[in-house]
Amino acid sequence: MSATSPERLERRSIISGIGQSDVGRRLGRGELDLTLDACLGAIADAGLTRDDIDGLATFPGAGIGTSGFAGPSTPEVQDALRLRLNWHDGGLEGPGQLRAVFAACLAVAAGLARHVLVYRTVTESTAQGEGGRQGIGGGAGAAGGGRGIPRFPGVMQWTLPYGAVSAANWLAMIAQRRMFEFGLTREQLAWIALNGRRNAQRNPKAIYRDPMSLDDYLGARMITTPLCLYDCDAPCDGSTAVVISHVDYAPDTPATACHVNAIGTALRGRPSWDQFDDMTTFSARDAAASMWERTELRPSDVDVAELYDGFSILTMVWLEELGLCGKGESGPFIDGGRRIALDGAVPLNTSGGQLSAGRLHGFGMMHEACVQLRGEGGERQVGGSPEVAAVAAGGGPIAGCMLLTRGTS
Amino acid sequence: MSTPDAARGPAVRVLPRLDDTNRFFWTSGEDGHLRFLRCAGCRHYVHPPVPRCPYCLDGSLVPEPVSGTGIVHSFTVNHQQWIPGSDPYVIGLVTIAEQDDVRLTTNLVDCSPDEVRVGMAVEVTFEQSEDVWLPLFRPADRTRREQSV
Repeated sequence: MSATSPERLERRSIISGIGQSDVGRRLGRGELDLTLDACLGAIADAGLTRDDIDGLATFPGAGIGTSGFAGPSTPEVQDALRLRLNWHDGGLEGPGQLRAVFAACLAVAAGLARHVLVYRTVTESTAQGEGGRQGIGGGAGAAGGGRGIPRFPGVMQWTLPYGAVSAANWLAMIAQRRMFEFGLTREQLAWIALNGRRNAQRNPKAIYRDPMSLDDYLGARMITTPLCLYDCDAPCDGSTAVVISHVDYAPDTPATACHVNAIGTALRGRPSWDQFDDMTTFSARDAAASMWERTELRPSDVDVAELYDGFSILTMVWLEELGLCGKGESGPFIDGGRRIALDGAVPLNTSGGQLSAGRLHGFGMMHEACVQLRGEGGERQVGGSPEVAAVAAGGGPIAGCMLLTRGTS
Repeated sequence: MSTPDAARGPAVRVLPRLDDTNRFFWTSGEDGHLRFLRCAGCRHYVHPPVPRCPYCLDGSLVPEPVSGTGIVHSFTVNHQQWIPGSDPYVIGLVTIAEQDDVRLTTNLVDCSPDEVRVGMAVEVTFEQSEDVWLPLFRPADRTRREQSV
């Protein structure tokens, strides 16, 4: 099943610049406004001007998803910056939120563009305040009661009648299955949230910075067993952008170039939330395997890991499937939080992750990986000048991952 | 058991939109039987419904009754008020007895949330709502246990 091309074309690409808007709860600013902050920041960080940008991509782009989720479309951003593009791309389908980044890497490698601006913008906190944010399931709750409730065709018909309306419900069943197969406990799972909060205290931009104890976690409101409030990420407003450039530009970027060493894009099981063959992994298994098939680096080379925590259980899955700990062993591995601390064997979600630093939807993970590789983490900087970062985004049947390296790829 | 049974589902059932591909499934419970498409060629059950057998890419697919029994592959007790007014209800993922790669997301009923276990044997029971018979599942030994009392 492995891809056969000997040349890893993604290695012709680098992240030459990064940018991020303000991040917060109900910032009261428009999505395009936030997006331009992030984009202009990334362009300047890369030592470029908008005239150099000849590619543009986003996930997912307007018209897709629910309120506050999609961010502005590429035509809106292109026009707002008056970009002259050789390549552009947006959309929802693909290997997770990072699909836009992967597409940009390949566009650069193929010579379709030289500097691609890639952004992801969310205003879910503002949308939530206005009652407009719905779950991934389409917000059955918004349908109200009584007659006249809309009926659902397509894939949602199989879950909505049963009140399985949110990814929280579907992923809680991953957690429950892992408790059955591997003996995972809530006390172990807690350490994804606790570690995130510990790191968020060192991140001035994080949403939640108050200390959190194990008792706080265990006493939190249950959402859908065994996932409690602190297992679910924090909706926020914010935009993240990167510039993906051809590797030839690496010597010229004023920032430290972060080289794309390998991307993981596979989906080898059924693309379904309830029919995937292995409920304990979902497609993180395939994305991780395909990434390692494309590199000489090994899991032991990873110096820092930014692994999607839209729900805490997904980080557990990524830890195992990326080989950062043994299969079924993520519970004992993170228990007590020592191994995943900033000075641990696998520093994890160093900005606080989406649980504490805000749901920037995968792009925050990638941004933080670059911050760490560049040595710009300030109080939360991982020691020893990390050289290899693992980035993962998504979960369920929607997942992608990548390895970033400092210096040559 | 002193713990009360969970709610049978959310306060409001959002129903499927019936069409020519799914009507057989959602109305199957009218005669008390659960049905899935089955390939006349390779004999696999196929779910969700598609026009052509995804196993052999050949053979016609015809709805056939199954035993209605299965195993709980995983579950969650939902507490969040996605649908306002809902008491805690159990969402289950049930693997049908006939084929281990056919699963249904469903509600587990007639038991307390504390009783539910991964691996528990369950059987179908239908809840009619308008023109839809929703397959729900209850512990398989429940009927026998009540009879023995």
